[in-house]
This record gives sequence, structure tokens and C-alpha cells, in this order.
Amino acid sequence: MKITMAHGSGGKSSAQLMKDIFGKHFSNDVLAKMEDAAVLDIPADRIACSTDSFVVTPLIFKGGDIGKLCVCGTVNDLLMMGAVPKYLTCGFILEEGLETELLDQIVGSMAAQARDAGVIIVAGDTKVVEGNGGMYINTTGIGVIPEGRDVSSANCREGDVIICSGNLGDHHACILSHRMEIENEITSDCAALNDIVDALFAAGIDVRTMRDVTRGGLGTVINEIAESSGCRIELDEDAIPVSREVKGFSDILGLDPLYMGNEGKMIAAVPAEQAEKALETMRSTEHGKDAAVIGRVQPGEGAFIKTHLGATRRFDVLYGEGLPRIC
Amino acid sequence: MDIAQVIDYLKSYDGRQLKLMEVCGTHTAAIFKNGIRDLISPKIRLISGPGCPVCVTPTAFIDKCVEYAKADGCELLTFGDMMKVPGTAGSLSENKAAGEDGAKADITIMYSPLEAIEKAKANPEITYVVAAVGFETTAPTYALLVKEAARQGVKNIRLVTALKTAIPALKWICENQNDIDGFICPGHVSVITGVHVYDELAAEYGKPFVVSGFEAEHILAAIYRIVKQIEAGEGRVENMYPNAVKEDGNAKAIKAIEDAFEPGTAMWRGLGLIEDSGLYLRDEFSEYDGGSRGLDEDMELPEGCRCGDVITGRINPDQCPMFAGGSCTPMEPFGPCMVSSEGSCGIWYRNRH
Repeated sequence: MKITMAHGSGGKSSAQLMKDIFGKHFSNDVLAKMEDAAVLDIPADRIACSTDSFVVTPLIFKGGDIGKLCVCGTVNDLLMMGAVPKYLTCGFILEEGLETELLDQIVGSMAAQARDAGVIIVAGDTKVVEGNGGMYINTTGIGVIPEGRDVSSANCREGDVIICSGNLGDHHACILSHRMEIENEITSDCAALNDIVDALFAAGIDVRTMRDVTRGGLGTVINEIAESSGCRIELDEDAIPVSREVKGFSDILGLDPLYMGNEGKMIAAVPAEQAEKALETMRSTEHGKDAAVIGRVQPGEGAFIKTHLGATRRFDVLYGEGLPRIC
Repeated sequence: MDIAQVIDYLKSYDGRQLKLMEVCGTHTAAIFKNGIRDLISPKIRLISGPGCPVCVTPTAFIDKCVEYAKADGCELLTFGDMMKVPGTAGSLSENKAAGEDGAKADITIMYSPLEAIEKAKANPEITYVVAAVGFETTAPTYALLVKEAARQGVKNIRLVTALKTAIPALKWICENQNDIDGFICPGHVSVITGVHVYDELAAEYGKPFVVSGFEAEHILAAIYRIVKQIEAGEGRVENMYPNAVKEDGNAKAIKAIEDAFEPGTAMWRGLGLIEDSGLYLRDEFSEYDGGSRGLDEDMELPEGCRCGDVITGRINPDQCPMFAGGSCTPMEPFGPCMVSSEGSCGIWYRNRH
């Protein structure tokens, strides 16, 4: 069956869609009340809130799909503030012609990822627009910040060590491979990073800054942190983890892994004396097993990289879209 | 000799001031990415040449592409890095969003020109216009495209070409700007052409022409060989990328180019018209030509724009008043050298200190 404009009408077809797909996958006590708004009991002094819209082609890719992605993306944004993710809302924009089997698969994947990440989907909305069978999802997340945690892009201090949770560029290379119909084994890193963040706090690490390395890549994130914290960050090119496959792929297309997008990677800045313990802790988790120390915070300002042959150069944020080049 | 010794030698070089040109945009990008300027003596100045195909594409070509993209029943196929190059009526990117006259431009970013064949067969009512930009490295793929289209009898494909060859441009630079001491020759182009194409230039102008790969070590080794040649009073061709570049190049690719294209005068943005530096479809493939000849007009450069001086290495990008004054940036580029990932201005901007 295909989605038609009738599914967005608010009438019988809409109700059927709610019951057959969203109700089936997302059932929980809050949604079951079928009220106009979810009423949440959140005992916390500080609440983190984040929203993100997900637009990806293809909808299903090696390592994930738009459903998994839209949960991981928002959950990771909450985690990076030191929050424990609790609730998600989701808004679907479906294009006419979308196969309901595909929607069912994607919603199922969302529900599974939400369970894994410990969040409950408490509100949702669906609209149907004219189009070619595509879909877009917005998710908003709420998390609570436990007492004593103070994580911010502005918290880096001189001497801090920057740790990256694993290989960069996998998601970007995976999506481009799909679009360019290049066959390879590159799989998206799409993942919720609860395990890494939970482990760091459980180990008593005084995490100063955490950022997930998504669109714009490591280069953009490091520049933003250096600016927010008013410090200089120097990366070590040789230490930045990139898989052989992604390195080869990006070399051919003229892309730089420093600016390639990820969906399951983060960096953390930690005090130098805790760096070794933080690295070991990250490496003990599923999503952080390839973690590496990639740089240090220094006096001064700006983002720099020490190259393979020992030169130092400044690098900037990503400009434009990072499109493959002609030659 | 290992790379540390090469770096040591180049760092402590204290002879006369040298000016070396890296012809290819991919070299410029690699030089910045690896911080090579930091590793060598300030007495060895590296300047960027005209070897980025996007940067030397004239405005008339962009305008022609926009015209096709907005025409009924036409769809333009282009590589991504052409999207933001400014034309008289806006860039492809701006026209895709909304043309100045409100007409929607049909533009698809391609990853290989051969995609046109499948598209053309699937949608016979649409004419697919391929924006064919590039040097010897890309030309063989366009040659394959027209040959394959002709073989399969696919009629609804047109090429608007701004294909160029590197050697006539190098000759132009040697003739018009004789203060360059040596050339780091483009590795990818040389894979196709081989190394003998530089023989005549080296003999005539008595300068080193050294073919280099794209790793930091390759580039440093090429610079080292150029400096050593200069110190020994030599000026000859050397191949420092022998794993990829064969003496005679790639005969199959050369034949493919020659079968489909013939040389003709071409416009190089910032340089002007250079004889025999363009590639145009031969008569037997003329039905596939979308009007590529005579696209010579270029946008009148505003006061202060010094694109031509940048791509011939007369000045560094940051010496251009539009760069220094902040009126030309990758977000709002005036010239294509600020647009392309391999354009010298864009590279300088992204790596500025």
C-alpha cells in the first residue's frame, strides 16, 4: 500500500495509519492516553532540550535508516550536554506515494533504537505532502542533567586533552557510496552514544566538553569549541582515526575526513591527568573501541593541526557542501 | 636519502630566491593540507598555477549552462564544484533554487558523465546537457560518453565543453611570465599525457619540469629535485611519480581523446585566449555538441579583482584587495578560484592565518 493525501486528512485513513504503524511500534503509557499533549513528570533542576530534522537519501543505508538516525541524532545531542535522555517527540512529513511497508520498517527501527537508548516517544504528528515517496522526520528530545555535571563547549582549559571516540567519515562515505552506486563495505556509524557517556561519568571523569561530530565534521566542531572556550586547540594529524577504506574513498573523491559527517562519533575534552583513564574507559565501550587521543588545548586561539611531516597549519570550519570534485 | 634529509635540505636552503609553480590545483590543496610551506625555506616560494579546471572556466560557459538548464525539456548534468561559479545571470546553484526570472532550472549533480547514457535512454523526451569541464584527466570519460552514445544511437545528449589541455597553458606562462624558476608538473594529467610532453618546454626555456604525485613526500621530493637542478644549472624533465606516470602516458586514453576531440582556441579565465588549448568535438560527433565554440566572453572584472594575477602566480591570493577586504569569500565568491575546492583563493581563505 502507498501513502496518499487521505492519510494526512485527519480522518479515517489517518486513524488507521496511527493504529497500524505508529501505535504498533510506539505503544507506551503516555501515548496510550491519546490526549492532546503528553504530561511528563520530570523531577530535575536542569533539563536539556534539543530538536533536529532528518533528511537523508537513501532512507535505508548500510548500518541504519532514517528512523534509527532520527533517534540517535537527538539522543546524542542531549548526551553531549551531560544529560540523561528521557523523552522524544517526533514529527513525520510523508510524501505521497511512500510505501507503507517502508514506513513500517522505519518506524519499527525508530522504536527499537529508542528502547536501546532508554528514551520514550511521548508525542508525535504526521503530515502528508505531494512528492515522490520520500519522508522527513523531526525529533525533539528532553533529558535531565544530574547534579554536579557541567559540560559545555565553553569549558575547555589549557592543558586539556581531546579524545575522539573512533574512526571518522564512515557515515558520509557510506551515504555517498549509496548515492554514487559504488560497492564497498563502508557502513554508517549511526549509533546512540549512551554507553560512552555513561561510562565516562561512572569512571568519575571530570568531562569538560563533549560534542558529537556530525555534519561539518571534526574540523568544524574543533573550531567551534576553540572559539567558545577562547583557547587554541592543536590536533595531531597522525592520531586522527580513519579507516583504510574511508581514507581510500575520500582520497579518490577529494574529500577530507576532517570535514566528513558522522552519526555515531563524539569528542570529549578531559583534564590531562585523567586522559589515560578516560581513553581506557571509552575503549572499553562498544561505540568507543577505536577511541584515540587526537589533540590538546593550548594557550592562544584558533584550531591547528600538526601534519604528518611535522608542519603546523591552521584549519577552518567547513565551507559549502563538501561536494566531490571534477579531477 | 630519506624524507627527513630532504626536509632538512629544503629548510636550510639559503641560495638565491626561487619561485616555483605548482601547476595543478590538487597540488595546491595538498601543499596546504600538509603544511609544506612551513617545512621549506622562505627562499623557496611556491605559487599556484592555472591548473584548476573550474577556475579557468569563462562566464560565457556558465551562462550557456544556465540557459540550457532553464530551457523546456532540458536537464543539465554537472560536477558539484561547478555549482557556485558565478555567471552573468547567477550561478547554477542560484538558478536551481530560483532563476532571476522565476523559471526553475533543471540541474542534477553527476558523479560520472556516463550517467547521461542511462538517463537519456530512460527519458527520451528530455535532452541531457552535460557541462563538460576538465583537463586531460577528465576528457577521456567525455570521449567515451559520446562514442558510447553514438554506438547505441542515443540522440538526446549534448555536451557543452570547456575542456582544456595543460601544455599550451604552460607554454603561455613560460612566454608571458619568465620569472618562474621551475614547475611542479601535474601528476594526474601526466598519467594520461606521459612525460615527453614537457621536453620541448624544458629545452626551450631551460627550466626544470618535475612530475610529482600528491602525497607530501612526493611533493617535497619534486621540490628537492627542482632545487637541485637549479643549483646544478640544469633545466630538464624528471619523473618523480614513476609508479603512476609512464614515459609515454596512457595510449588508450590519448587515443580516446583524439578520436572524439580536436584542438581549438579556448578562453582561460584570467589569462585570455590560448591557441590550441581547448578540446572540441570532431565533426563526426557534431550532433552531440551543444554550442561549445566561441564561449569566449568573460565577466568584466570589477575594480580590484585580480584573478588573472593570482592564477599566474604574480600575487598571492591575500594580496588581492577583494580577498583582503573581505568582499570575495567562499560564501559569496566573485571569481571561481574562490569557489573550487582546488582553487587557490579558496584554499588560501580556508587556511588563512
